[in-house]
Amino acid sequence: MLILDCPCCGVSGEETEFHAGGEAHLKRHSVGSTDDQFEEYLFMRENPRGVHFERWRHNNGCGKWFHAARCTQTLEVFGTYSAQTYEPPKEIKDAISAKRPGWSWRNFS
Amino acid sequence: MKRYSAFAIAREALRYHTGWERAWRSPQPKSKYDVIIVGAGGHGLATAYYLGKNFGITNVAVIEKGWLGGGNTGRNTTIIRSNYLQDPSAAIYEKSRSLYETLSQDLNYNIMFSPRGVLMLAQTQHEIRGYKRTAHANALQGVPTEWIEPGRVKEICPIIELNGPRYPVLGGLFQARGGTARHDAVAWGYARACSDMGMDIIQQCEVTNVRTEAGKVVGVDTTKGAIDCDKLGGIVAGHSSVLAEMAGFRLPMESVALQALVSEPIKPAMDIVVMANTVHGYLSQSDKGEMVIGGGTDGYNNYTQRGSFHHIEETVRALIETFPMLSRLKMLRQWGGIVDVTGDRSPMLTKTPIEGMFMNCGWGTGGFKAIPGSGWAMAELMAKGESPLTDEFSMWRFKEGKFIDESVAAGVAH
Repeated sequence: MLILDCPCCGVSGEETEFHAGGEAHLKRHSVGSTDDQFEEYLFMRENPRGVHFERWRHNNGCGKWFHAARCTQTLEVFGTYSAQTYEPPKEIKDAISAKRPGWSWRNFS
Repeated sequence: MKRYSAFAIAREALRYHTGWERAWRSPQPKSKYDVIIVGAGGHGLATAYYLGKNFGITNVAVIEKGWLGGGNTGRNTTIIRSNYLQDPSAAIYEKSRSLYETLSQDLNYNIMFSPRGVLMLAQTQHEIRGYKRTAHANALQGVPTEWIEPGRVKEICPIIELNGPRYPVLGGLFQARGGTARHDAVAWGYARACSDMGMDIIQQCEVTNVRTEAGKVVGVDTTKGAIDCDKLGGIVAGHSSVLAEMAGFRLPMESVALQALVSEPIKPAMDIVVMANTVHGYLSQSDKGEMVIGGGTDGYNNYTQRGSFHHIEETVRALIETFPMLSRLKMLRQWGGIVDVTGDRSPMLTKTPIEGMFMNCGWGTGGFKAIPGSGWAMAELMAKGESPLTDEFSMWRFKEGKFIDESVAAGVAH
């Protein structure tokens, strides 16, 4: 059972209070994009065994979306942060580096 | 290999069972094989078996990081059916189901195939329409299934409650030739037959890298040293993305945990398999008498082989409405496996960007039923470079928009 902190309303809740919304920081390709870009956006997925970034929604709470950094191997939650960002903030990256030195995910590290 | 038979049992009974030999050898890896299969689960072993049986390729190693059949092959709810909606799915799943019928004789190993019938309940108006459509599609595909009314449902499954307050039973899609088999025996039977053909099954040997030269696969590095090969088959279910990353490409899939549980054993109460997709639960009774219950997937990427506790509660809470007798049962064991889910909920049996490397993955929540057919088709793909059964299941179908959409028809919990 995951315990997540909602960065929007500050509530700390167990996973039944939230809903997983898939991979974070996707580039939403649209009109004028190539087939490759659409495939990338719609179907290709990061599926790491280890550090992963996801979107979550505080369904049974404030209802807002946010981001979470998590380990898919240990179910450890490194931290949560605002949905209004294109990449994880420094303190999240530092928190991951403290526990998983040398981690990388897409072009973040 | 000594054949198993009634005479063998009698012979061994007379000499205190001292003459049984090990079912398969546990050799050290050679430095090179024609074909290496990564993953000694059902699909991997079946692929190796049909490579040998159908194409005479026996210089094969099957490499397994844990123990043989210890992944999803040993963690599923053993349901076998082929009532899928799309033609390519019906072709490979029906091939598989028909191979299961004679698999015990073929392998000389009792896999306890029990074609007891699989019933998929319709509990909403939407499901009635969906299943009638599947029944019609199956008729065109030559897969015998039928739509049955609630009265018939109660007849073949007396413990069911038709008039549940939330989800009444409105009918069902029934495949009389579906059923169950002993999941471990499927892996063991294939392993024994592969070993008998001279193939090496190497357990506790983890692949750490896929070696390529000029875009072509040349071998793998493992915890037991480097092994060369001409062709490589990656058949590792939930860890397919990890293997693909070693080879330098990505797959359109995600890994999630799917879990199941069994009750204490009780006297025979239900002699078919029932799937209730609206409430995300499915149920059968094992030969030991345990009620085997499968639930939904966790909604997020996961490699832990556990599953969340609250999903057990959701599954069981929903099932006891349709099967009130379950409320008195104690649950004995719970376990999880990592399933590989694709965008259209259909598998990938495919060439890859690496020449000589093939992947067989994406079976998601329903791989056990497909083991013989998947192995049959994958062997043909690896031996000949193409197979009519795998043509539609390429990993590039997503880019082309040629989905094999089974997200409605396939089982539960997507």
